[in-house]
Amino acid sequence: MNEFAVQHPILAVALPKIVVLLFVLLTALAYLTWFERKVVAHIQARWGPYRVGPHGLLQPLADGVKFLFKEDVTPAGADKFAYFLAPFLALSLAITSIAVIPFGPKEFSVFGQSTPLSITNLNIGLLVLFAITSMGVYGVALAGWSSNSKYPLLGGLRSSAQMVSYELALTMSVVGVILMAGTFNLSEIVNAQQGFHWGFVPRWNLIGWPFPQVLGFLLFFTSAVAETNRAPFDLAEAESELVAGFHTEYASFKFAMFFMAEYASMITVSCLATILFFGGWLSPFPQTPIWAWTHYIPAAAFAAAGLALIVHGVRYITMFGRVVLPVLGLALCGLGVLCGQPGMLDFVQGPFWFLLKIAIFLFIYVWVRGTLPRFRYDQLMGFGWKLLLPLSIVNVVLTSLAIVWTQQ
Amino acid sequence: MTTVQTPTGAEKTMVLNMGPQHPSTHGVLRVLLELDGENVMKADVDIGYLHTGIEKTAEALTYSQAITITDRMDYLAPLSNNLAYCLAVEKLLELEVPKRAQYIRVLLTELTRIGSHLVWLGTHAIDLGAMSVFLYCFREREELLKIFEMVSGQRMMTSYFRIGGLALEPPAGWTERVEDVVRTFPSRFDEYEDLLTKNRIWLARTQGVGMLSAEDAIGLGVSGPSLRGSGVDYDVRKYFPYSSYDEFDFEVPVRSEGDCYARYMCRVAEMRESIKIVKQALGKIPAEGPIKADAPGIVAPQREKMKTEMEALIYHFKIYTEGFAPPAGEVYQRVESPRGELGCFVASDGSPKPYRMRMRTPSFVNLQALQKMVEGHLIADVIASIGTLDIVLGEIDR
Repeated sequence: MNEFAVQHPILAVALPKIVVLLFVLLTALAYLTWFERKVVAHIQARWGPYRVGPHGLLQPLADGVKFLFKEDVTPAGADKFAYFLAPFLALSLAITSIAVIPFGPKEFSVFGQSTPLSITNLNIGLLVLFAITSMGVYGVALAGWSSNSKYPLLGGLRSSAQMVSYELALTMSVVGVILMAGTFNLSEIVNAQQGFHWGFVPRWNLIGWPFPQVLGFLLFFTSAVAETNRAPFDLAEAESELVAGFHTEYASFKFAMFFMAEYASMITVSCLATILFFGGWLSPFPQTPIWAWTHYIPAAAFAAAGLALIVHGVRYITMFGRVVLPVLGLALCGLGVLCGQPGMLDFVQGPFWFLLKIAIFLFIYVWVRGTLPRFRYDQLMGFGWKLLLPLSIVNVVLTSLAIVWTQQ
Repeated sequence: MTTVQTPTGAEKTMVLNMGPQHPSTHGVLRVLLELDGENVMKADVDIGYLHTGIEKTAEALTYSQAITITDRMDYLAPLSNNLAYCLAVEKLLELEVPKRAQYIRVLLTELTRIGSHLVWLGTHAIDLGAMSVFLYCFREREELLKIFEMVSGQRMMTSYFRIGGLALEPPAGWTERVEDVVRTFPSRFDEYEDLLTKNRIWLARTQGVGMLSAEDAIGLGVSGPSLRGSGVDYDVRKYFPYSSYDEFDFEVPVRSEGDCYARYMCRVAEMRESIKIVKQALGKIPAEGPIKADAPGIVAPQREKMKTEMEALIYHFKIYTEGFAPPAGEVYQRVESPRGELGCFVASDGSPKPYRMRMRTPSFVNLQALQKMVEGHLIADVIASIGTLDIVLGEIDR
């Protein structure tokens, strides 16, 4: 087997990684919809999904089945090729961009081949990522145009204009980070953020030296929300105005693909924000012996969540829930114990902090959606071109000056 | 497609059919928009998709029976409709309603006003993308509906007001419920205002949008908060007091800007004023006293009397079989519904059924202003303008 792996590294190493990541990602997408519905519901004084499985945990499955079995209607006069291409393009591009994201510092071995915790570690990772995400606009524009319907057309127009203009601010806002790290490689950008101010404040780019990228981060996150067409910038699918925007005429699984594409890009953007501004997989605690106990945080968090789930689960209202929830709780406890093993202790640090930070960003996404009204089309464009773009250029100039000044 | 010279220099326009099935046309309104890009060049409002023939149906019903169909016109403020109709018929009959019933009517119509404004605020907010406000508003409205259910047995189609008074004695414990509302609601209104009033996006979406000048508003016959948002101080409750409104102390909020934001501020302030009126009414309502006028032959007699008095039984039979016949004549009675001036015209030919019942409904009149408000603006402003007019289609196509 080892010989085979040496001869065909792509088949033996990359392919299993891709399959595993794809599986994890698609499951995460499905449960992100559940997460969003739950969080928004609680913001709005509702319960959210509750019927399908305990706490609606099987809701994503039911949704998936429903999408598959719905009649797939193609509007008369639609440009068939473009109409079919659009959702594929949207979803495949959104998923592809996750390939360059590194999830942790450690290498692990598959069939004796040592490999990093990402599909590929490119030197121009950030550029590739932007290249892929910026192509996402084709999916939306084609969908709007090919449907041969007026609301999608307007939605497609809106989002093409929006994505193209926010792309600029998005790219400009990360230039500061690139200047500070001196590389496009995402792993190296994270590694450049190691270390602590005064021994305990992490030197993440957000509060980094020589120029804290607070402005850069705010610009990045705002543009990223706009780039992913999420509230309050969800003009392309503004339900109250354009019915469902560019995907009005899409039904069944093609609609689901747009839906998944949106959530996949949310995840990508959250990964990117974490990597660029929040130190990626780096723990927020110093790596000195006094702080060694923080290595047990993942284990403790899983175990505590598991215990809470067991305590809550045994009193759940349905029989099914009384079985499923404690089992899930036990699994989480088991995961906690596993994370506490000496062999695993170091390995789980990176992914744990990384995923935690992503989860926080995803929560903010949903929180914003539950709070803010929607921009108007012209205000949105004005906001992007007249405020975000100039500010991001100012950020670049200031960062460059600070770097030049500190180097002298 | 018409060939015209548009502001952006294009030669062709696109006609967009907004509605009757559209998420934010508040029912089944259809607006034909002529668009140049996203700029609205022309807006044609098409109504009639919810025609119920309520006015015509009333001619086939006795005066008492017709109350139930007035509920269904403005289904967000059924008690205001009841009140307009009952007051009109009472005017025709020259009937004096007991003070206790008048105060309860005032209290309930003010609660209706709050409930209706809550629905307006929620739907207006969700139209502009603020989802949560919608659900908060409906949470609060639920409390009001519970009160209506308590007194009348129905959440929405209450038909609680009767000619000459009220249908039933309000149940024990209902004032506590109302007191709860009076106590908790002001802080809830603060909550909505926290989310919206100073929100930059909300300001950008509503300020300077859907402009309606005072002249235009008066010229088009606009009334209610939509008129007061344009700086015209006109409220039927103040200028033509009915049902003892002159005994209550309240302000009429007026804003002069004439945009969606002004109307939003007016309505929110109105909800607070309504709470004030409800509070006063609670203090005024006597614990004991009749809830129906003493008018044999018009007001149904009490059950107990029917078992002991021959006349009561006869009146009961006559009221519920053939109804009562008011003298021939015409009356017009206006009330301030949550949407504006709601007028009820009743013509009697001396028979037990109205010869003609007509409602001057504020939504229908206010909707005329839409064209003025949106032409030359963007699609998103059309949504904001429809929302800010607070129309109810059931009332437009009665």
